[in-house]
Amino acid sequence: MDTSQLLKTVSFIEMGARERAFALLDPGSGHELIGPFERMKSPWLEPQGIAAQADDGVVVAKGSIGGQPAVVLAIEGSFQGGSLGEVGGAKIAGSLELAAEDNRRGVPTRAVLLLETGGVRLQEANLGLAAIAEIHAAIADLRRHQPVVAVVAGTVGCFGGMSVAAALCSYLVVTREARVGLNGPQVIEQEAGIEEYDSRDRPFIWSLSGGEQRFRTGLADRYVEDDAAGIAATVRELFAQGVPAQHRDQRIGEFLDLLARVDTARQPDGAYARAAFGKGN
Amino acid sequence: MGQATEDLSIRGRVWFEQLAQGGAPVAGLAESVLASDLRMGTREARIIAVVPDPGNPFPRAARGEFGLLEGWNVAKAVTDAVAADLNAPVKRALVAIVDIPSQAYGRREEAYGIHLALAASGGAYAAARMAGHPVVALIVGKAMSGGFLAHGYQANRIIALDDPGVVIHAMNRAAAARITLRSVADLEVLAAKVPPMAYDVRHFSTLGLLWRLIQVGDPQHPSAQDLALVRQTLLEALDDIERVPFRSRLEAPNRAASAAVRARLREEWQ
Amino acid sequence: MEKLQFSFPAGPPAQGRVLAGVVGSGDLEVLVEPGQPGQTRVAVNTSVDGCAWLWQAVLERTFTDPGAAALAVEINDFGATPGVVGMRIHQALSELNLAGKA
Repeated sequence: MDTSQLLKTVSFIEMGARERAFALLDPGSGHELIGPFERMKSPWLEPQGIAAQADDGVVVAKGSIGGQPAVVLAIEGSFQGGSLGEVGGAKIAGSLELAAEDNRRGVPTRAVLLLETGGVRLQEANLGLAAIAEIHAAIADLRRHQPVVAVVAGTVGCFGGMSVAAALCSYLVVTREARVGLNGPQVIEQEAGIEEYDSRDRPFIWSLSGGEQRFRTGLADRYVEDDAAGIAATVRELFAQGVPAQHRDQRIGEFLDLLARVDTARQPDGAYARAAFGKGN
Repeated sequence: MGQATEDLSIRGRVWFEQLAQGGAPVAGLAESVLASDLRMGTREARIIAVVPDPGNPFPRAARGEFGLLEGWNVAKAVTDAVAADLNAPVKRALVAIVDIPSQAYGRREEAYGIHLALAASGGAYAAARMAGHPVVALIVGKAMSGGFLAHGYQANRIIALDDPGVVIHAMNRAAAARITLRSVADLEVLAAKVPPMAYDVRHFSTLGLLWRLIQVGDPQHPSAQDLALVRQTLLEALDDIERVPFRSRLEAPNRAASAAVRARLREEWQ
Repeated sequence: MEKLQFSFPAGPPAQGRVLAGVVGSGDLEVLVEPGQPGQTRVAVNTSVDGCAWLWQAVLERTFTDPGAAALAVEINDFGATPGVVGMRIHQALSELNLAGKA
């Protein structure tokens, strides 16, 4: 990107969830569902002495994308690390369920998930986990009708049960700052030791789970600049692709073959993982 | 830090071997994924369990953790059954026996996309359910986090043994305490007033997610009576799924907010 | 955590509503809506105990004009310093003013 382009870019990462959601919808087309002034807060946080955000950290913005009905679900990474509790989880699952229902009656509502999340909110544990299971079910349902697009931009990244949700989506868009992984670095280090995973070694972490690496190993579909307009255009382009013939998680034989060829005795680095996943990038 | 000091759980294997008696083992799967085809009542069924494989090629998944091979192999066991029954008038049942201490935590796992492996199995169960296969999860031990999301949570009905050894949660106590900057004792106190934080199955059952809680005499070494009761419960679950494929899990007072959110979304959806 | 209530004399109700901030560590969200005529009420939900006097001081400095539009303010706070509190409230009120609603 040259200087004049850089001067025109607007950082998506620096936007909060609300701003990101509306940046993806056709201008003027969107309205928020269960916004903060409706005060559907977590029933579980204040009893634990934790201040609850009025929208429980999830924004539901409904409108259109490229002229087609769409809903954007955006997780606010700054609130409790973007972790999902009962209410936020229900906002996402319920919206995806309604989108699928729309499709069954002939309305082509598609969905975008903006994922800055550590996964389950441990202060709500089993209700967060249940909500994520319902999110998985709803993605599996909706993606038969319309592409479901996930965007992970950073700085929180996408971890836990929501990384599994990202993997179930039809398309995944990532930036360089993004990370996608099942387990957070600190938990891996705690469970497996610092030799296995050093949670303070940022280059190491990004070399395995960063956006560029995920793209180069074929686990993400678009690797984009941190620019709101560019990301919005990428989302429109992906919807235009339609539902893929086969979702990535359905390529079972292919991934079993890849794993069978991996030398499991060695600890991989980014280069080895790229070689192993056959892209040679 | 380092290896868990608990013994490897035998429950998954014990219950699988008993319930799959007389069945035809499914070949071609990883050592940690057991599957068998048998008749349950009037239906064909495939029972699937994930068990510890100390010889797992992935060292961080050698103690029963749900890892890369487990995800893709469970996906294979499920999708092969779905493909085989594509033109069958009655789709076989899928029974997931759940006893999983955690997902696998490791460098290889993150490097090779364990999150996708879990999506493969969870997605496969969801697709099977949507294609008309009745899916039942039977929790006989631990049902933790990613492993449970991938193997069990996509079922039409979830059944659990009523036993202290049955633990359903998002993260083990020690790790959860560290991450939330509290002591394990603090978390126990909180769990008493915040039911979703509790680890035991009795508290879990107040969330309205379980279809049945079964009392058995010996969850580690089930008696003939225990097995008969569980088999009967599984048959009843299959009958119930046939009558009512989708049962709401939003009925419990402890999930009132989940129902309220959905109702409000529906009102505001246009 | 503490739930605190404050009120200050004010004029006719504002119009419109505004949200500023997020409940991040060291931060807060401020929800501003039209209040009852004659009074601005501020409800504070804060994860930090024992600072009622600080909130009183910060809010007193902000809602000084008894002729200003009456507001209903909710603050959800996760340990913000008085400086950050003042900044977020100012941000919210500026937005309300810019929209010509206060």
